Amino acid sequence: MINKFVASVAEALADTPDGATVLIGGFGTAGIPDELIEGLLRQGAKDLTLVNNNAGNGEQGLAALLKAGRVRKVVCSFPRQTDSYVFDSLYRSGQVELELVPQGNLAERIRAAGAGIGGFFSATGYGTELAKNPDGTLKETREINGRMYVYETPIHGDLALIRAERGDRWGNLTFRKAARNFGPIMAMAARKTVATVFEKAELGEMDPETVITPGIFVQAVVHIERVATQAGGIKA
Amino acid sequence: MTYARRTKDELAARVARDIPDGATVNLGIGQPTLVANHIPSSLEILLHSENGILGMGPAPAAGLEDYDLINAGKQPVTLLPGGSYCHHADSFAMMRGGHLDICVLGAFQVSATGDLANWHTGEADAIPAVGGAMDLAVGAKQTWVMMDLLTKQGQSKLVSQCSYPLTGIGCVKRVYTDLATLACSHSGLSVIDMVPGLSLEALSQLIGLPLALQASSPK
Repeated sequence: MINKFVASVAEALADTPDGATVLIGGFGTAGIPDELIEGLLRQGAKDLTLVNNNAGNGEQGLAALLKAGRVRKVVCSFPRQTDSYVFDSLYRSGQVELELVPQGNLAERIRAAGAGIGGFFSATGYGTELAKNPDGTLKETREINGRMYVYETPIHGDLALIRAERGDRWGNLTFRKAARNFGPIMAMAARKTVATVFEKAELGEMDPETVITPGIFVQAVVHIERVATQAGGIKA
Repeated sequence: MTYARRTKDELAARVARDIPDGATVNLGIGQPTLVANHIPSSLEILLHSENGILGMGPAPAAGLEDYDLINAGKQPVTLLPGGSYCHHADSFAMMRGGHLDICVLGAFQVSATGDLANWHTGEADAIPAVGGAMDLAVGAKQTWVMMDLLTKQGQSKLVSQCSYPLTGIGCVKRVYTDLATLACSHSGLSVIDMVPGLSLEALSQLIGLPLALQASSPK
């Protein structure tokens, strides 16, 4: 019998090692796995590399992990926000490393990892500062059919933290609206993917035509209570 | 002769006028977002948002915001009937795979040959952030820039060579500004239109580069 439901966030994250690369879904207010990030904070793993579109807001979530000194490196496309002051000050004082990646390269590097692709040539970033390796050397380039491309490598995760909408015990997932964002590709790219769901489905209850992430990409599912958003737009 | 600058809304309306019926368009964060307000309701334009929305609608009424449905600028939006969601790699494949007809971006600088600088001032203590700008710039079939022609200090943002870090090389086709609309090409800048009262000589002097005059505005 396959049962990927795990009773608690703490249980799902208990084996997270120091030095892990953690892929964290979400974009803006949509799809941020708050409960799992909070769980990672309590779990205690340190020296983490976080992969997310941003680098934290205010003092919650990613910013709390950063503030607690648990993050060695952030891989993201858009760290600068009006309230990203925790990251900003750690970055300026050299206490956290940043790998800035154009958002499409970020998504495709994650997807490539999940699909077993050893890298790809991308037109994005050619001739810019982001076509350099962290050590300042130029990334490999190639002309293909008259267009210039930069070689980009896959981004593998040890762990992916995903907020989904609905799931069953085989780990099949659906998402809600634009909260899908990085979820499906991060689930594919990590050795272990933990997803929270607001709705627990019985096996066979989810329409197989509309499953977005098949269970093979998911190792643990935690059922959580839905929290209403500020304006109550999401059904509570 | 005197001339008046286009207001932000007049500029947005000028950009909107060139978007054909049926086009799939990504409007960048900031000023380009205004273009949506000027698309005639008689046209069907599909708006794309980088975070996985195709067929994005206007902002919801107060109280109906859904924070699972936001645009790239993190503001609540709606979905039009027929609209759809996708994951991030598919959303960026729409840009990177050349499926998007037009993207409209803001800029710090654009070179006469269409190099774009819009992501980083290059200042030492600035936190760099690029988001989807580089993917949009080189991925869309046409990249248009919408900006004031001059900086607050009166320097032209259309330049022979960008001094700010580049977003993409030779990717900008058209630049819509408060004083004129221009096309970029290998052979330099050509003027599509100017605000009434502005002469080609005066515009060329403001920009500091030679300008050709296009016979008629291409659609």
